[in-house]
Amino acid sequence: MEIPEIVGAGLIVIGAGLGIGRIGGQAMEAIARQPEASGKIQTAMLIAAALIEGIGFAALFAA
Amino acid sequence: MRLKIALKTLTLLLFFTNFISFAQEHHAEGENTTDKRTEIKEYIQHHLQDSYDFGLFSYETEAGEQKHVGFPLPVILWDSGLKVFSSSKFHHGEEVAEVDGNFYKVHHGKIYKVDGPEGEIVLDEEHHAANDKPLDFSITKNVFTVIIVGLLILLLFSSMAKSYKKSSMPTGAGRFLEPIVLYVRDEIAIPNIGKKHYKRYMSYLLTIFFFIWIINLLGLTPLGVNVTNNIAVTFALALLTYLITTFTANKNYWGHIFWMPGVPWPMKIILAPIELLGTFIKPFSLLIRLYANITAGHIVLMSIIGLMFIFKNWIGSSLSFGLAFVLSLLELLVAALQAYIFTMLSALYFGSAVEEHHDDH
Repeated sequence: MEIPEIVGAGLIVIGAGLGIGRIGGQAMEAIARQPEASGKIQTAMLIAAALIEGIGFAALFAA
Repeated sequence: MRLKIALKTLTLLLFFTNFISFAQEHHAEGENTTDKRTEIKEYIQHHLQDSYDFGLFSYETEAGEQKHVGFPLPVILWDSGLKVFSSSKFHHGEEVAEVDGNFYKVHHGKIYKVDGPEGEIVLDEEHHAANDKPLDFSITKNVFTVIIVGLLILLLFSSMAKSYKKSSMPTGAGRFLEPIVLYVRDEIAIPNIGKKHYKRYMSYLLTIFFFIWIINLLGLTPLGVNVTNNIAVTFALALLTYLITTFTANKNYWGHIFWMPGVPWPMKIILAPIELLGTFIKPFSLLIRLYANITAGHIVLMSIIGLMFIFKNWIGSSLSFGLAFVLSLLELLVAALQAYIFTMLSALYFGSAVEEHHDDH
């Protein structure tokens, strides 16, 4: 039985969503612990989120 | 003064007529839902493609005639000799254009050569056109927009630079742009590249930031331009980042790629091809990210606006209007965020290319 491509796309979105959600959550926690470092944390968070997003999109195109 | 106010009003109007001009496109009534669905799908497909004329919108007259509002752009072909003609000869892709005894036809956004004035595109088994393709250097909609944005940036920033010769206080557009330029320098360039080398890269980082930002914002206006969801454009931008990284890199950078210090020698041999591949994957992820984000945003936004024509009642329409409005605001954020990420990651790659040797491995 062939699995439709849209299932793969859904799995990719779940994975990328979990990843970015975790980054966002941890960044929130980190900022709450050390509000004075929020600028650095935000930058690092955006870079990490962008990298995951890149992989997610690459996989979406393959699917 | 009056001109300035007029300009500002015009810019605001451009953003807010986004929905209205789109809404006009599907005003033909009396069709069933499946037809509407395919029509909306086709419209989105058409919007995502580059085109040979600058079409603002089209509508159907009472007599059932399709009217197009916009202007034609020059088509430049190399087909055993230079051929230059206006894209109005194609009549929006419906007719065959004749130039110096050669005949050309547009098929799925590409120009093909056909045999005669009644010539048709020949399709092979896989439904690809089998006709000859002339080399195409046309000023298409995307090329036209890139040129316009380039001129706009040149004008804006050269006048801004001139104003700093008179006094250090910014005037005019500089008041808005100065904080952004400083942000790119202090938050993107210096932390990632370092105080010693950042000046070499500032011009490129600023250019790429404002170019992507302005072109993304233009994509949200009803002009219907969407340059950054053309993969060739993002490819060119990423190629520039790759070339600059490669040609300004120091000994230390190449050392880390081909002979990673601080690991045992069998690992060095394994790591070298991986690291080399990594240098290509980095700019590749840049191009995919920008392209995919903008394309996805456009598709989602247009689908939600298109829902209005499927629901055809006031509840569904007002829901999708509200959703489209909120999504437009989100797209404004994404337009800036993508420009920021692209500049940020470029700065990060430049930073790794000029990093000095340090012993804490």
